[in-house]
Amino acid sequence: MNADPVVGRAVPRRDGPAKVSGAAAFTAEVPVEGTAHAKLVCSTVAAGEITGIDLTEARSAPGVVAIMTHHNAPAMRIAPLLITLRGASFTRAPVMQDARIRWNGQPVAIVVAETPEQADHAASLVRVSYALAEARLVFDDLKAGAPQPDHVQGEAPAVMIGDAEAALRAADTRVDQVYRTPWHTHCAIEPHATTVAWHDDRSLTMWDATQAITHSQATLAEVFSLDLENIRVVSQFVGGAFGNKMMWSHQILCAAAARLAQRPVRLVLSRSDVFRVTGGRTRTEQRVALGARADGTLTALIHEATTTTGISDGFAEQCTFPARVLYGADTFGIDQRVVELHTPANSSMRAPGESVGSFALECAIDELAEQLDVDPLDLRTRFEPAAHPTTGKPFSARHLLEAYRLGAERFGWAERSSAPRSRRDGPWWIGQGVATATYPYTRMPGGRASVTVSADGHATVRTAAHEMGMGTATVQAQYAADHLGLPLDRVHFEYGDSRHPAAVPAGGSAQTVSIIASVVAATRALTAELLRLTSSDSPLAGAGTDDVELRDGGIYLRDGGAGQSWPDILRRAGRDELTGEGAASPPTETAQHAMHSFGVQFCEVRVHDVTGEVRVSRWLGMFDTGRIINPRTATSQFRGAIVMGIGSALSEETIFDERTGRVLNATLAEYHVPVHADIPPIEVAWLGHPDPLAPMAGKGVGEVGMVGVAAAVANAVYNATGRRIRDLPITPDKVLGL
Amino acid sequence: MKPFTYQRADDVASAVAAAATTPGAVYLGGGTNLVDLMRQNIERPAALVDISRLPARIEIGTDGRLRIPAAATNTDVAADPVVRRDFRIIAEAIVNGASGQIRNMATVGGNLMQRTRCLYFYDAGAHCNKREPGSGCDAVDGHNRMHAVLGASPHCMATHPSDLAVALAALDARVHLAGPAGQRTVELRDLHRLPGDTPHVEHTLEPGELITTVSVPAPPAEARSAYRKVRERASYAFALVSVAALLEVRDGTVVSARLALGGVAAKPWRAASAEAVLTGAPATRASFERAADVALADARPLTHNGFKIPLMRRVIVSTLEELS
Amino acid sequence: MIVINGTPHEIAITDPRRSLLDHLRTDAGLHGPKKGCDQGGCGACTVLLDGRRVLACLTLAAQADGRTVTTVEGVGRDGDLDPLQEAFINHDGFQCGYCTPGQVCSAIGMADEVARGVPSRVSPEIGAASFDLSPDEIRERMSGNLCRCGAYNGIVAAIEETYVGGPR
Repeated sequence: MNADPVVGRAVPRRDGPAKVSGAAAFTAEVPVEGTAHAKLVCSTVAAGEITGIDLTEARSAPGVVAIMTHHNAPAMRIAPLLITLRGASFTRAPVMQDARIRWNGQPVAIVVAETPEQADHAASLVRVSYALAEARLVFDDLKAGAPQPDHVQGEAPAVMIGDAEAALRAADTRVDQVYRTPWHTHCAIEPHATTVAWHDDRSLTMWDATQAITHSQATLAEVFSLDLENIRVVSQFVGGAFGNKMMWSHQILCAAAARLAQRPVRLVLSRSDVFRVTGGRTRTEQRVALGARADGTLTALIHEATTTTGISDGFAEQCTFPARVLYGADTFGIDQRVVELHTPANSSMRAPGESVGSFALECAIDELAEQLDVDPLDLRTRFEPAAHPTTGKPFSARHLLEAYRLGAERFGWAERSSAPRSRRDGPWWIGQGVATATYPYTRMPGGRASVTVSADGHATVRTAAHEMGMGTATVQAQYAADHLGLPLDRVHFEYGDSRHPAAVPAGGSAQTVSIIASVVAATRALTAELLRLTSSDSPLAGAGTDDVELRDGGIYLRDGGAGQSWPDILRRAGRDELTGEGAASPPTETAQHAMHSFGVQFCEVRVHDVTGEVRVSRWLGMFDTGRIINPRTATSQFRGAIVMGIGSALSEETIFDERTGRVLNATLAEYHVPVHADIPPIEVAWLGHPDPLAPMAGKGVGEVGMVGVAAAVANAVYNATGRRIRDLPITPDKVLGL
Repeated sequence: MKPFTYQRADDVASAVAAAATTPGAVYLGGGTNLVDLMRQNIERPAALVDISRLPARIEIGTDGRLRIPAAATNTDVAADPVVRRDFRIIAEAIVNGASGQIRNMATVGGNLMQRTRCLYFYDAGAHCNKREPGSGCDAVDGHNRMHAVLGASPHCMATHPSDLAVALAALDARVHLAGPAGQRTVELRDLHRLPGDTPHVEHTLEPGELITTVSVPAPPAEARSAYRKVRERASYAFALVSVAALLEVRDGTVVSARLALGGVAAKPWRAASAEAVLTGAPATRASFERAADVALADARPLTHNGFKIPLMRRVIVSTLEELS
Repeated sequence: MIVINGTPHEIAITDPRRSLLDHLRTDAGLHGPKKGCDQGGCGACTVLLDGRRVLACLTLAAQADGRTVTTVEGVGRDGDLDPLQEAFINHDGFQCGYCTPGQVCSAIGMADEVARGVPSRVSPEIGAASFDLSPDEIRERMSGNLCRCGAYNGIVAAIEETYVGGPR
């Protein structure tokens, strides 16, 4: 512990100078001697068989080194799914093992050449012919009778408590609506990039833009039948990931091509390949039905969601999770269905499920409030449950009512006019909306870390973790400094390399707490080892780890007792440094308790009377996510999630041609992520009440910020214009009813 | 990208000569559209003649016309004090398009010659009569939200993406050309062709012809003007619809009117019939609504772009109201 | 010959297809300019060409011959960060950092455009002799630089502090 803690301080990012000066080297920029460059050739049909691949022209193009197709690809096992906690894949589709086409955009060849320009050109000369099979592409034709998945992120696909349909029919007041959200694509600005160098037939190094180093290593071991220790995966800086930089076919193909070419190969996906080779977020169709008594309490809460996956996939988008946790009701009817389509795999995209699921639920609540003529925030307070409404577990910490109250005060919610279409500034209608946010707390099992202390008084924490911009290196150094009792500038944090102890994937807003738990274990191992090294004349002689505390750069008996500095212990033992390594304790904190992050989103929009254009003019997010380690990086996480939510509300849609299954707007010019001009100043605040069961008393902040955003915007658009938009994005034509 | 040769021209004559003597040559301006299309293997020239460094001084000619060299960048045009004072919708249209970086690169000639953003045109895996004549059009029954409602044909319903061209069309701009056969001038409104059954023929330039200058007569001194654009994000997006309008009103009566529509056709769409309705009419909302109806009388919706017609109507009416 | 960050570079451009972006990243060893889309849709490759912000991905390397290029590596002086770069750090104007070099170069070019009297879509009077760098102006003028991490607030604050004299 630190007398003057650094946890809770707005410490600047450690990688700031490197990132603002261009010095930070991302995956495609790491120099690797003798590298050749690869380009994918991808299918232009969604289903069928490859009947022929003509490589004549491509082979004779200048600079071509090798071309791999399913004819000469090595045998490769199927990559394990992310959900298994062994791998990081979203699909069990084999990679270039057969002639079968499973989606439009599936890689069918990989061309390796001396330069990127030569690889691009040669790839354009590959001629592929197909025998078409009937493809499953039209969601509306296939949704009826869609099956329940085996599970939804490990939870039951359906939760039935009482007879919700009967309760709905009997309710005094009812809302029963269908909400739709389109496909989305992550659009990290750094495209996926991989370089693979084989050292011999049994060992390789892969530099990869990934948020799952350890699991990529395990995947390569499985796919290529290699020993884990012969595979090194390096990922120092990742240019945004948002759930998409997991294990896809391109890393496997790059590795196989490098073996074929007998030299290192680099594959950087083109932007259109990012859209078509990797998967995004499923479209959703969601029915939310609410039955209420005259006093506003809920008699029925029904949330039925149908989502999609690709062929052979495993990711059912957890749209109904908010409805399972947010509100108390007499009856619940929760059900999820999945339609398998010939599209890229569904993958985890920031707040998977919760972001789009909350759009449906939180809009429906707003509609109910209007019917009951109750303020939508007041109405939510009437639903506040004493315990988790569908599992009955007590919440470890839930301060949502306080967030509502403080958020409303700060935003000035009381000044809102509840009557739609009642405020105007010139041609702009003004409206305000609110929505609740929640996201589950997760601590993934399996993470490890090491802590090394050196005779010069520094400590180094190592784990194969990821820095995609969340501030991992900074906040973990802060935590370790306090935990070890060292000044911040004497703590190093090393990550991004599978040579470090294994880490969990950076996902589910779980990395920070997972690393902290493993640092706690590593520190305990280190302390025990240091205590063993102390001599018999040390004040620490005979003390156990529970008898001591870490402070002032050393180990001291509890309650201000005597002790020794680490350098002192190390010097006397004749050691330069000492390392302790440990595995995080099993995540038992969720066994008896429901643990969630919460929040509430307030926004103001301006809607143009003539054109129907919507501009977000003001935002406040008030969050209940436990203790915040670094207010600066946490604020950026919250804001960034809100920005992505605004994109989903107003402009983002991945357009598939339902005849061909092909992504049409596979560019950043036509897939509209928000630009500077779309984003107002975003105010972010939090309660900061510690969660007593979470390591460090903190919960995830990366995803809860996106939940409720689209609903808050839609509710504000209704308040501004009197138009309910139940399908995203909220484009001018929908606002005008054209 | 297919291999090509590159040469740079320092003046119009050498540019035209180079293009005439180099098989498969095309002119390269700022490259913001051409290089992108080459990288997608949609444009596959054998040779580039770089004209981006041709003289680019904007001036008022002795005939009083604004003369914008084709190699002038969009930014330089938008920043020009004379343009901003006397031809303001040119500047307004430019700053409504693309991004600061693209406007710094893109030339006026290249802006006029840029190709459609039709998603099927841009996807070498799709059918497109513009890209491959006779191969069919996937937009007809496909995703055609951004497509044309005016002047389309069953073979092609792509739109022209330029903002600048819409303003120039409203201003009666002329395009000055140089080619192997000498120099000539065409009206801007005659530069682009509607698709008909030859959508791959997009303009009236002869092979090897180069746009050298765009000239614009001074608009009526009393006229007020505006460029209005509707899009799906606040900036850096192509138009759903756009309107360039000039309106001269005296004593409550429209003396003259010019109206050009963007985002609705394969060319900047000059709504001459609406102008005729407006001229001499009272400057009232009723007149503007009638003009909008006339302008859109021949508009035909596709599966997904029907909204463009009432949206355009609203924007026409409100823009004219604002100017009256 | 291209002058890159003040130093003349005589690197043969053997393939006319090579973009200025790939030339800088590969041949000149400067990976500050980023490849985000390679088609003019994101702004991550923004560099200053003869002082003006352009997209290096859509500029052929051959087109830069005889001109000067400034990348983010050449923005600071004498090994120190430029005040704008410091402001990006202080306002947390980035997360993953991939768009950052483009944002920095774009902001420098943008400030110069304002000083030269280049209008924007949101300028109150397009014919004005000069323009204020209001937050609205910054947001509009920087809209060619996407940031998917959503660090827009911090970027605008950094630009305001550097060129306007402190966030309002």
